[in-house]
Amino acid sequence: MLRFISGKFLFMLLSMFLLITATFFLMNAIPGSPLQGEKATSEAVQKNLEAYYGLDKPLIVQYGKYLENLLHGDLGISMKMKFRSVDKMIAESFGPSLRLGITALITSVVVGCILGILAAMHHRKLLDNLAMTIAVIGLAIPSIVLAPTMQYFLGTKLGWFNVAGLDGPLDYVLPTIALASGPIAFIARLLRSTMIEVLGSDFIKTAKSKGLSGYVIVVKHAFRNSMLPVVTYLGYLTAGIITGSVVVENIFAIPGIGKHFVTSIIDRDYPLIMGITIFYAAILMLTRFLADVAYVLVDPRMRSGGKVGK
Amino acid sequence: MKGKFKQSAKFLSILVIAISMLLSACTNNGDKPTANEGNTNASNEETKAPQEFRFTLGSNPPSLDPALMTDAQSSIVAAGLYEGLTRLNTKGEPENAIAQDITVSEDGKTYTIKLRNDVKWSNGDSVTAHDFEYAWKRALNPETASEYAYMLYYLENGEKYNNGEATADEVGVKAKDDYTLEVKLYAPAPYFTSLIAHYTYLPVHQATVEAAPDWASEAKSIVSNGPFILTSWAHGDKLVLEKNPNYFNKDAISFDKVTISIVVDNNTVYQMFETDKIDWIGAQAGSLPADLTQQLIKDGKAEVTPVASLYYYLFNNEKPPFNNVKVRKAFAMAIDRQSLVDNVAQANQQPAYGMVPPSISVPGGQDFREAYPDNYFTDNVEEAKKLLAEGLAEEGLSELPEITLLYNTDDNHKKLAEAIVDMWRKALGVEVKLANQEWGTFLETRKAGQFDIARSGWGADINHPINFTYDLIHSKSGNNDGRYNNPKVDELLNNSLVAETSDKSIQMMAEAERIAIEEDMAALPLFYYTTVTMLKDGFTGVVSDYAGHLDWVHGSKQ
Repeated sequence: MLRFISGKFLFMLLSMFLLITATFFLMNAIPGSPLQGEKATSEAVQKNLEAYYGLDKPLIVQYGKYLENLLHGDLGISMKMKFRSVDKMIAESFGPSLRLGITALITSVVVGCILGILAAMHHRKLLDNLAMTIAVIGLAIPSIVLAPTMQYFLGTKLGWFNVAGLDGPLDYVLPTIALASGPIAFIARLLRSTMIEVLGSDFIKTAKSKGLSGYVIVVKHAFRNSMLPVVTYLGYLTAGIITGSVVVENIFAIPGIGKHFVTSIIDRDYPLIMGITIFYAAILMLTRFLADVAYVLVDPRMRSGGKVGK
Repeated sequence: MKGKFKQSAKFLSILVIAISMLLSACTNNGDKPTANEGNTNASNEETKAPQEFRFTLGSNPPSLDPALMTDAQSSIVAAGLYEGLTRLNTKGEPENAIAQDITVSEDGKTYTIKLRNDVKWSNGDSVTAHDFEYAWKRALNPETASEYAYMLYYLENGEKYNNGEATADEVGVKAKDDYTLEVKLYAPAPYFTSLIAHYTYLPVHQATVEAAPDWASEAKSIVSNGPFILTSWAHGDKLVLEKNPNYFNKDAISFDKVTISIVVDNNTVYQMFETDKIDWIGAQAGSLPADLTQQLIKDGKAEVTPVASLYYYLFNNEKPPFNNVKVRKAFAMAIDRQSLVDNVAQANQQPAYGMVPPSISVPGGQDFREAYPDNYFTDNVEEAKKLLAEGLAEEGLSELPEITLLYNTDDNHKKLAEAIVDMWRKALGVEVKLANQEWGTFLETRKAGQFDIARSGWGADINHPINFTYDLIHSKSGNNDGRYNNPKVDELLNNSLVAETSDKSIQMMAEAERIAIEEDMAALPLFYYTTVTMLKDGFTGVVSDYAGHLDWVHGSKQ
């Protein structure tokens, strides 16, 4: 177990280093400069700006300097938001995204599992069709359509919710639905197909013949065995959902981190691009890592060190 | 099977109860406004403070440090936070603010400005002439790396100091005593009193600035001197401003509280207006969804105001075929501008046949375009065809080389470009290719002159025609990306800066514009921008200023 973890950890560090290097040089290869606005500035101002942000030095020197600062935990200051440190910008905007993301994550898992189990237990019956219809709709309607529709009908027309902002608990409802509808559908379908397979296997038949009730079988035996693919998916989902969605954030005016992924590139805000990429990668790697550990915990076969294809 | 059904039925009923509880919770919440509908003014229920004004901005202000600000969003907030020597009124004319009396020397180069002595910083310190001297020199200091430092190049040695060729002491601004500021200009600038209303000329509090370079990025560390104080700034979310009880002219200020939400999505901005969460849309403080704009104007719910901005295309004056004036004219005249505005731009923009927008006025208050109408050319397909043929013949071309129209990626620019290319096809029988680039890349390409025709837009920093003449058609201007170069125009513009009277100066600028468009068609003007605004009933004094920026500071609610 320890070897497994330390191996994974080393691999994470290496990936991170490669990612930082690739992002740094790719970012500098994009045409356009963070210091070039639409209005022409004099050469002197341009030079002053370059000197200020260290852009007047050769790229490799800038890279070395960046790595050095990074080792000291310094992500630099934003070039667009004057004098705002990148770590502060990330920390501030991550809060709302995290809160909303966790709400959406829990909703996805709970609702997705319920729909999936119902569908599997009533395979090819009305409930199955109903649950899968809901799932298909959730998967088919993108949040860019779902969110404004809900905003208009439930917010403006019916007045049940605020159309924007994240001030009270009720404000979480619409963005959560917008964020969770896709994952709910995915989890439901994933769980349904695995569970139908599991429900048909021998050990379930044995359990049934022992006289266990349908409820006990599903919860104690089938569910646990059907969770593996869902747990794997959760690793990806968590990283994606807690780092915000630029669409949902823009529509509901949520001060989250998602927009930085887009605006930092548009602004050519180099330190913010780097910071946000490293941050996202760290979360992605961490959640993948946790998913791997959870995988081992859920599936005893993994503990013995035997390799099982994922 | 039966057992299973029972279980799931039980489960379902739990689910139903849970959902109905959730729904009832929502309905309870929804009951409030319904119950209030019986009251006469249900909408006032939410605004506890009667003198509150709420609007949105499309992005978090990058900085509220006067020396570092460059954008409309920051300037809309800063207008409430800081007070300069002068302030532009709603018509765009300068009025004394901290300045009490401004005298100009004979040669127009030395300004002596007497300051009020009752102006305080938000920490209680007095605002003195030294604060202005410090702020202006700081903006010019190469170490500050201010992008708008060029706004201060009017000062004697301002440019040199910014280039590191002069010392701070040599810059033409000096506090003679606590309340007298002496300003020496590099050349006469008849519009200097407008210029000092610009945010780069705002004062800053020296001790605060020197204590922390990031002083202007958090509400608690900002020391300001304006009608309002920034009480909270949740980055990317909300800014709250409250009336400054120590503001010297506080009787002129009505709003007690101003809430500014950061909202990116136009549709959300509109929904917030409809649900009474904000009081204003437009003029760089949120904009209406494009598909609703025309209907709202028609219904009289939204208002259209001209803006001192020009939408135009650049010709690459150095590259065939647009090095030929007749070809340039042909392309400019082959466009039906009114149809373009009516069917594509759709916000009652005014067709442009010159460079200076109609909302720009000249010192004295008259509109520039009243004295010098932009009748430099007309939309004329027949004439265009003739000119194109002649132009090609002059260049020895049998047919037009491949031409590409470059624009920055955006739906509206795309629609306009497609319509224009279609007009050229129909009128001139030419096929122009379209290409788009993402903003940062586009700017670099355009600066490098790697285009045939490129989209451009230009707004005003000050209410003066110099913004659209010197900045756009002088061969030395860094913003002349079409590389238009006519020594006659340059000479007129140079002389306009040192003209004896303001009238003469304006006349020379107008003549330069006339030559650049009527004779040379240096660029292809399309239309002058407008802004479409909506304001809740009961507010007065909230307007879009000459430049199309929300001016809210002197607003009130009845």
